[in-house]
Amino acid sequence: MLVTLSILLENKPGALMRVTGLLSQRGYNIESLTVARTLDPSLSRMTIVVDVETRLRPHLMKQMNRLINCLQANDLTEGPNVVRELVLLRVRAAQENRTAILKESEIFGARVVDSSVEGYALEATGDSEKLDEFIAVMATYGEIEVTRSGAVAVSLEPKKLRLSPPIPKAQAEPVATHK
Amino acid sequence: MSTLMSGARILVECLVREDVDCIFGYPGGVTLPLYDVLYDHPIRHVLVRHEENAAFAASGYAHATGKAGVCCATSGPGATNLTTGLVDAMMDSVPVVAITGQVTSKLIGSDAFQEADTFGITRSCTKHNFLVKDINELAQTVHEAFYIATTGRPGPVLVDITKDVLQGQAHYAPVHEIHLPGYKLVTEGHAGQIRRAAQMMWEARRPYVYAGGGIIAAGASPELQELVEALDAPTVCTLMGLGGLSSSHPNFISMPGMHGSYAANMGMYECDLLIALGVRFDDRVTGRLAAFAPHAKVIHVDIDPAEIGKNRAVDLPIVGDVKKVLTKLNKHLKELEPTMKESRAADRAEWWQVIRNWKEEHPLQPVFSATEIKPQHLMHEIDRLAEGRAIVTSDVGQHQMWAAQFIRFNEPRLWINSGGLGSMGYGLPSAIGAQMACPDKTVFAIVGDGGFQMALPELATLVNYGLNVKVIIMNNGYLGMVRQWQELFYNNRMSSVELSAFPNVELLGAAYGIKSRIVHTPAELQSALKECMEVNGPYLMDVRVSQYENVYPMVPAGGAINEMVLAQPQPVAVPK
Repeated sequence: MLVTLSILLENKPGALMRVTGLLSQRGYNIESLTVARTLDPSLSRMTIVVDVETRLRPHLMKQMNRLINCLQANDLTEGPNVVRELVLLRVRAAQENRTAILKESEIFGARVVDSSVEGYALEATGDSEKLDEFIAVMATYGEIEVTRSGAVAVSLEPKKLRLSPPIPKAQAEPVATHK
Repeated sequence: MSTLMSGARILVECLVREDVDCIFGYPGGVTLPLYDVLYDHPIRHVLVRHEENAAFAASGYAHATGKAGVCCATSGPGATNLTTGLVDAMMDSVPVVAITGQVTSKLIGSDAFQEADTFGITRSCTKHNFLVKDINELAQTVHEAFYIATTGRPGPVLVDITKDVLQGQAHYAPVHEIHLPGYKLVTEGHAGQIRRAAQMMWEARRPYVYAGGGIIAAGASPELQELVEALDAPTVCTLMGLGGLSSSHPNFISMPGMHGSYAANMGMYECDLLIALGVRFDDRVTGRLAAFAPHAKVIHVDIDPAEIGKNRAVDLPIVGDVKKVLTKLNKHLKELEPTMKESRAADRAEWWQVIRNWKEEHPLQPVFSATEIKPQHLMHEIDRLAEGRAIVTSDVGQHQMWAAQFIRFNEPRLWINSGGLGSMGYGLPSAIGAQMACPDKTVFAIVGDGGFQMALPELATLVNYGLNVKVIIMNNGYLGMVRQWQELFYNNRMSSVELSAFPNVELLGAAYGIKSRIVHTPAELQSALKECMEVNGPYLMDVRVSQYENVYPMVPAGGAINEMVLAQPQPVAVPK
């Protein structure tokens, strides 16, 4: 089943690879993945949509949480959450279609980000199904080119973040460096 | 205190602070700065003959001591050769710290000479890994590596260090704290769960302790013994847990699982409470999961939350360090003892009677023959010499199973083998590590004729360091375990399992300068083993055992644990 994971991880080289590695080693295909740094620049927030065997979900989450770079991994699939995606779409528009395209864009709450003789570049956000529909509608007007951001999600229930405190390193006697 | 030092010197300084006294490694181009520091440093560097064996030796060292074993390799092929040893340490939760050299930062990604993406390659081979490109992060990283390797569920950690970092200069100041905000360690165990566990244990009619490598990693043997004696519970130790409870303890049954004893497996099947301590319900123990301990409630204590419920649903999970959990649990058991012990006595007597009956029905006994050396006979003789106190290492396969069945381990950290990954060639290098760690102990490396040939170059290391390792080759001329499966499940079509052209071990030993002997008959066996014990230094013994002996009991793959094949099925397969 498709699950939506939200992962808070250290913003370090290789951290992303550890997360995706857990998925790829099982042969899971990632449907979408977004990652960006958080307010704290030392951390990143990642949203992954991935097809996971239902039975293995809890175990996968435990293994995600076991990653040393991972501060918190949550499965948002079932809890209250908001999932949004952004699509950038270019549509080639003949003269007689241009007004219709603008009307249709309005219905989907899309914005025009570029307009040229060839057509429009449009930007829309929403949940994936809505965007699917938007794309399908636009395709009826002419040739389209689409880039989707993949899902970003936020949980609507508070998640307690438990972080390990610094551990004092027992100071061994200063060692005379051997000459 | 802050001193200007080279990266290599900072690295070695950190190793000293981590109490490292011995490194297993192999030098190369990019680790030259490190080896220059090691040249006249008190830390001993053991020059192995292949990097894979450096990782295995570090693992042997770690098994024998509980401290992190350290191995070292150069970039490219050096690092890629380490990987099998790292995965092995991962599967068996062994604290190993691997230091690898990497090409100069500026050259990374340019297909430079001996460049490999060590950081990427070892991501899945390690508990965690690091790439150090900034000398100012070196000391912190090395200490973090040791901390991660040795705490929680132990495992291998690799630190890949670029040559410019090793060569560069920086002000070194000792590291004061480790901060890994995402490294979640739960060690104490939930107090309420522990209390409930004690209650469940007393209430059970047929409790059964299933103890694993976690007991040894946590140093929880005394606590385990206390628990077992308080409950008078029958106990099995897994392949990785042998020695966790003394093999001579009256409550110890044997190893369970695919080649466990009849009594051990029947006990698993019939118990009504399975007390699983530091185990991972490995498929080689459980057989078909649906038929594993079907009547039992399960208490599972493990430090790794990801192990809880992974294979078997658990009725009462406790995440924590098994030593800490058992200490608290034993207190609760004591408190409940006055009200519970008496009422349980009859149940317990009955349970033990059932177990004794199983033991009598199908005892785990060595097999003897007057004309040929049975492998079980060999293990029996080694056991007599070891007296439960020697370190025994092994590879994977038939010899490993017979050793686990017939050699006693009266203390933890004596039995060192490749359990989870099942790596051939593990026995000899891990014996080198164990012998370096415990120079006063007798170390037997029991290896098959297959695994021995995989670790062959390390004979030179034995000689080089005068290591008192007794290499006992259980030579049946075949890859025995694979041949056994071909016999039982593939119509005895012995495909590519015959190891012909095995070298003459007496000539081989002479070539290396190792005392050696080939043993053909049961009559010679005792005197040969006696001779090998008398030699102070390495000894190489090629014991020609029956070629077609199979390991029994056996739970066929996917079979239920109570449906063991106890002996050679009829008709006996005829070798071609």
